[in-house]
Amino acid sequence: MNIEDKLFLNRFQVDDTSHLRIVDPKLCLEECRDQPCLYLCPARVYTLEQDGRINAAYEGCLECGSCRIGCPELNIEWRFPRGGYGVRHKFG
Amino acid sequence: MTESCEVAIVGAGPAGISAACILADQGVETVVLERGEFPGSKNISGGVLYGHDLAGIIPDFARQDCPIERNIVESRVWYASDEGGFSLAYRDAIFKEERRLNVFTVGRARFDRWFARQAEKKGALVVCGTLATDLLRNKAGRLGGVRTDRELGDLKARVILLADGINSPLAAKTGFRPDPAPEHVALAVKEIIELPEEIISERFNVSDEDGVSIEILGSVTRGMNGVGALYTNKKSLSLVIGGNLRDFAELKLKPYELIEEFKAHPMVASLIKDGVPREYMAHWLPEGGYEHVPRLFGDGYLIAGDSGMLFNALHREGSNMAMVSGKLAAETILQALKKDDFSEESLSIYQEKLKESFVLKDLKKYRRFPGFLRKHREIFTDLPLSLSMAARDMLTVDGVDKKTKQSRSWKMIKSKTPLLRLARLLFNAWRSVK
Repeated sequence: MNIEDKLFLNRFQVDDTSHLRIVDPKLCLEECRDQPCLYLCPARVYTLEQDGRINAAYEGCLECGSCRIGCPELNIEWRFPRGGYGVRHKFG
Repeated sequence: MTESCEVAIVGAGPAGISAACILADQGVETVVLERGEFPGSKNISGGVLYGHDLAGIIPDFARQDCPIERNIVESRVWYASDEGGFSLAYRDAIFKEERRLNVFTVGRARFDRWFARQAEKKGALVVCGTLATDLLRNKAGRLGGVRTDRELGDLKARVILLADGINSPLAAKTGFRPDPAPEHVALAVKEIIELPEEIISERFNVSDEDGVSIEILGSVTRGMNGVGALYTNKKSLSLVIGGNLRDFAELKLKPYELIEEFKAHPMVASLIKDGVPREYMAHWLPEGGYEHVPRLFGDGYLIAGDSGMLFNALHREGSNMAMVSGKLAAETILQALKKDDFSEESLSIYQEKLKESFVLKDLKKYRRFPGFLRKHREIFTDLPLSLSMAARDMLTVDGVDKKTKQSRSWKMIKSKTPLLRLARLLFNAWRSVK
């Protein structure tokens, strides 16, 4: 079962605006060698674009916070989604 | 207009709700702020809860429609290699009758909602869909309330209980406690796998009310310091696997691939066969241990539960530490209300209460355990594989004499983990849990 199918099982109340933001995309390109956000995020929020930029698809975020403290450059501005938005557990 | 109350609690998890129950019971004006649409909608645990500590808050919980999944009568521990593993199980009839609900499984979306309703019945106000975005300070710099993301959303309070979980952007922003370092949290992913009730009972050899918990160590975490687990719910299984966040980064493992490999492990696959995945979640476990418990009180505030790193990794106890710390925080607040003094000094009795309880006693006893696992990576790499190869060899009946088998098994184990290293492992293991 791939990650897209896993996220499809969940219920999300998606907000119009993103709760996470890469502060300085240049840092990811020029300074960050390992780019751990690309694999340690359990929802695969972060993906590599063809031009080398990192895209953040906040919609499927599971709100664990791993990218927030796992980014070696601390280059991810991370808030919780607004009250009532984001992932909504059915079983927990 | 600014609302005000006596006690503001951030987070409607087991810590916050426990405190709210105790406070509301005594008639204290208590408001719980919860960012989820309903209490539990953001929460997750491996899946077990402990009756003793829940009864400390709701003595007759079993008669109050508490959403219990299954009563645990058997605990299994596996030490797994890639193709099999060792299994140790303990079952006891006392957990079926006399000590029923000692440990039971729950789904936190339903349990926390029920628990919050008990606090509401006692008079607490639980405000959902409301995110705490900042802490309010008066001119003297003392905490005086919580800012929320609601319009006109400031809530003034005489004292604040921070029960907002291990991942706290609020802590990062206001500094009421340090943000955890990646090596001090484990990232766990969980799947709910649906199966018919009678199939679960049959596969785990239990009645429909009873269940089994399995903790799984070994190569399933692909070399990470971590653990897997499988718990029986009424009509589903909770499958969990997690590892140290720093290890995830260093070994470049993807959590969603790790759980797929875990599902394919032969000892797991047969138990979840034909199950239908229903939900996929992720969360941190606080694994810093005793040395990294932050200061849990200050002028005008207290910290309880996961937010305070109160988690016993060895015994997978967290929800109960949350409930007990929430209760002790509430008792501290009641004393402070009587004195009308919410200074750091007045609230410091919270620390004393925690020290006298099993919460800090257990964390102190196991203070060396997180370091032990970090130091002895072979527990998750070579050791399960070589021990399994030895067991496989000894159990294969092929005409080779046992002495030959024994000596080649030893040789193989020692070639992977030298004798001195093994001795050190055993010594450090004993020392970390003594």
